[in-house]
Amino acid sequence: MSTAAVHSLWTTAAEPISKIPAPKIEYGQLSPTLIVVGAAVVGVLVEAFVPRKSRYYAQVFVSAVALCAAFAAVVALAADGYGTTKAHIAAMGAIAVDGPSLFLQGTILLAGLVGLFTFAERRLDPEAHGNRVDSFAAQAASVPGSDSEQAAVKAGFTTTEVFPLLLFAVAGMLVFPSANDLLTLFVALEVFSLPLYLLCALARRKRLMSQEAAVKYFLLGAFASAFTLFGIALLYGYAGSVSYATIAQVVDGTVTSVDPALADTMGNDALLLIGAAMVVMGLLFKVGAVPFHMWTPDVYQGAPTPVTGFMAAATKVAAFGALLRLLYVVLPGMRWDWRPVMWGVAIITMLGGAIVAITQTDIKRLLAYSSIAHAGFILAGVIATSKDGVSSVLFYLAAYSFVTIGAFAVVTLVRDAGGEATHLSKWAGLGRRSPLVAAVFAVFLLAFAGIPLTSGFAGKFAVFKAAAEGGAVPLVVIGVISSAIAAFFYIRVIVLMFFSEPRPEGPTVAVPSPLTMAAIGVGVAVTLVLGVAPQYFLNLASQAGVFVR
Amino acid sequence: MSFPLLTATAVLPAVGAVATAAVPAARRTAAKWLALLVSLATLVLAIVVMVRFDPGGARYQLTESHAWISDFGVRYELGVDGIAVALLALTALLMPFIILAGWNDADPLETGSKRWRPTQGFFALILAVEAMVIISFEATDVFLFYIFFEAMLIPMYFLIGGFGDRAHAQGEEAASTQRSYAAVKFLLYNLVGGLIMLAAVIGLYTVSGNFSLAEIAQARANGTLHMATSTERWLFLGFFFAFAVKAPLWPLHTWLPNAMQESTAPVAVLITAVVDKVGTFAMLRFCLQLFPEASKWATPTILVLALISIIYGALLAVGQRDIKRLVAYASISHFGFIILGIFAMTSQGQSGATLYMVNHGISTAALMLVAGFLISRRGSRLIADYGGVQKVAPVLAGTFLIGGLATLSLPGLAPFVSEFLVLVGTFTRYPAIGIIATFGIVLAALYTLVLYQRTMTGPVKPAVAAMPDLKARELLVVTPLIVLLIFLGVYPKPVTDIVNPAVKQTMSDVHKTDPKPAVEAAK
Repeated sequence: MSTAAVHSLWTTAAEPISKIPAPKIEYGQLSPTLIVVGAAVVGVLVEAFVPRKSRYYAQVFVSAVALCAAFAAVVALAADGYGTTKAHIAAMGAIAVDGPSLFLQGTILLAGLVGLFTFAERRLDPEAHGNRVDSFAAQAASVPGSDSEQAAVKAGFTTTEVFPLLLFAVAGMLVFPSANDLLTLFVALEVFSLPLYLLCALARRKRLMSQEAAVKYFLLGAFASAFTLFGIALLYGYAGSVSYATIAQVVDGTVTSVDPALADTMGNDALLLIGAAMVVMGLLFKVGAVPFHMWTPDVYQGAPTPVTGFMAAATKVAAFGALLRLLYVVLPGMRWDWRPVMWGVAIITMLGGAIVAITQTDIKRLLAYSSIAHAGFILAGVIATSKDGVSSVLFYLAAYSFVTIGAFAVVTLVRDAGGEATHLSKWAGLGRRSPLVAAVFAVFLLAFAGIPLTSGFAGKFAVFKAAAEGGAVPLVVIGVISSAIAAFFYIRVIVLMFFSEPRPEGPTVAVPSPLTMAAIGVGVAVTLVLGVAPQYFLNLASQAGVFVR
Repeated sequence: MSFPLLTATAVLPAVGAVATAAVPAARRTAAKWLALLVSLATLVLAIVVMVRFDPGGARYQLTESHAWISDFGVRYELGVDGIAVALLALTALLMPFIILAGWNDADPLETGSKRWRPTQGFFALILAVEAMVIISFEATDVFLFYIFFEAMLIPMYFLIGGFGDRAHAQGEEAASTQRSYAAVKFLLYNLVGGLIMLAAVIGLYTVSGNFSLAEIAQARANGTLHMATSTERWLFLGFFFAFAVKAPLWPLHTWLPNAMQESTAPVAVLITAVVDKVGTFAMLRFCLQLFPEASKWATPTILVLALISIIYGALLAVGQRDIKRLVAYASISHFGFIILGIFAMTSQGQSGATLYMVNHGISTAALMLVAGFLISRRGSRLIADYGGVQKVAPVLAGTFLIGGLATLSLPGLAPFVSEFLVLVGTFTRYPAIGIIATFGIVLAALYTLVLYQRTMTGPVKPAVAAMPDLKARELLVVTPLIVLLIFLGVYPKPVTDIVNPAVKQTMSDVHKTDPKPAVEAAK
């Protein structure tokens, strides 16, 4: 049969529908994110179908495997050269696969894995009715102090939903620093924020405080999101696109085509300035920079400590990544506008965090203000606007996140009858009672204080060096002064632990399972290795220090 | 590759510190012996360094250089000149005595937690300080120096805050509060100094692009590295501030009396005889070499501050009621002399200053350790609580007197030579300052002799009537120190031979030559 004969059997009704091209998605390059999202979905299914008794094990297994696999994928991509030579924009312009993305994704995944260890810890709280319990509420929906809560505790319920929530948050954080258009940025922001709001409310002890923290975080976070979204709308009006590259072109004045519908507003600097300010504001809220820091102490204090540790580390990494990309890729053309503002923000963040921390009496609040001061130090590196600036910030974030998770993991160990003993006065004489735990915490505090031979010093030196080379010498001087102020309150805790007499009714140090030990051990190891021999990681960070546009 | 001798001198005590800390709680005595043996082995290594060092050879010898953090332009570079060798030897020499003197200072009063091991901690911390001090004498990379300059604060801080004299007059509670106050004050002063230096270190990097002392000094000398006058001055001030806190120089000295008063005598010796020397040493090595012009610019101010330190420290020492505070203020006065000698910018002055560092280390150790033995017998630091000790404990009183006479620079004892050199060196360039500084010696005679008279002579106070004389261990500590004081007082040549060539180099760094003697100039 000839082809003509076949054709005679039917007629062509219209051109085949091929005008809408299927989006080209590079699944391989997006695999870290996809693995984590997939595992999170599996986690939800586990919640639905696996019997209650084995849920915990199934969830921990799925989460750990997913995070490891995703990390392996990141390493594979980096080894393949996606961090350097093959860096490009994937997923139709939505996601940038480049050095900073991969470096930060790797950091977030490792922080997530270590965070997972602290989430899964079930030996610290005394057993309730013969069941091992973790740091999370038995049943989130039950009213605190009610009969239903007691029934839930008695029945041995545990909120194993925290694991898929953790994975969703990690997935959002993976996308956040690699988002290459404003909409992806916003979606990622919400994807990681909403699970965090929920996780904050799930503390087993002090539930009201935990719920209060969650509500505060949610309300303020919602405001910040709204600002971001409004800023995105204004930027769209300015550039006629949400793509980073296009906005950057419009800012630089090298745009090729003008959208006729937006011809009136395109290139209107008022839209650019207000829009950019609002988007940056949203990101500064997430990193906890002054004056957008008000949520930090309350949320850090109220949230379950494992969540606090994870959030303090990973959110900061993700948000600084996004901020770097926004400022370096989208807005380098207007750095003369944003640099003075960021100078101001960095200065008040460093000084504000350090000064207010002095008056704190709760260890978690103290660490919260310390994290604010650290956000200020990192901002000093961001302001450098150089390749060194990027790599120093990347290095600082990696160093800082492991110290943070480790420090909060130590906080979970020090307990009395009411759960964790977070009031500073209860830490008096801890060095006498458990020298090892106190020594480990002292190492973390010294790293926070930036004492040489710890990762904190290497990181601080890197950002200050970049800032000084970028011409921000006054910023370095203020940074050094606030380091001195900050050192005071870190030292105060050490004094309390080692030189004060133990209280007769003081807290005891719980013996954790290998999970928390691993989290703390990783923290100490990273702190010392990055402090003594940081060269390899500095190389990694500096190779990863180039954004793709 | 040859044996890394300098690294070994620092690694040995560091490893010893870890090993000492790991000794089980029940084996306290083993920890003490281990620490003592490590410190003796380090002394042997230091002697090897001294022997292998050729005073007439290259400026930095026994050098080691390895890549470390290339992103920061940092190399692991060690090397010693004559000044460093002298101080290295002093450090290694004093350590066994410090350990021996503190033999029983950190025994736990009651057995607390099974894991609480204060004795092991005490000796491990002392060895850790030794390692860090040694490496900061050896570092020829500014960053490497800075790291250990800062890091040594931490073990020092735990030594001050964690271990104090027994039987405090106001009870353990008050003692513990005062101790942690002293420790925090020590740390904050030095940390602030160090952080300001950090800003200057970063500033130096932005100007020079690397941290190698030799390279920067050379680039400065041949003009390839130009620094604006104001930049150089700011950087100098950043460095000098940190060293002046450490040294300590008036008005940044107030941490020292607290720290020395509250810590045990061996730790007080560690602070003033060893750790503080890093400050004055660094002035010679870093301030003068890296910033010669700024050093000259700041000289008048620094000389005046040093002069104030000398007189003010001595005056306050006269008025003290606490033995340890008295020694602390005397030290402040002596550090004034050292800084005076460094910034007089004459070769006698700088040789004298280096020799002064060594002699002050030995004489303070002798005086302070004997004072510590005295205090541990009576349980009080107040001068008024003593009297007539020489009748009950003549050997103790005698050694105390020799330590005191060394402190007041009696001719025949080592400090006299160095003090004389400093004064001569200062006088040739700044006669007025030299003359005023001489009053420091008069005051030194006053505070030392009054101290001796009030504690050792006169009627025997009932509380000291049963005081035992020095024990064998204590004699073992004091005798060699006194022998050294007399030996170096009569024959200081071994030290000056090593030091003088290095001082000449430093003088040429700052483009200074000694002023011609007046007779010759008149011709």
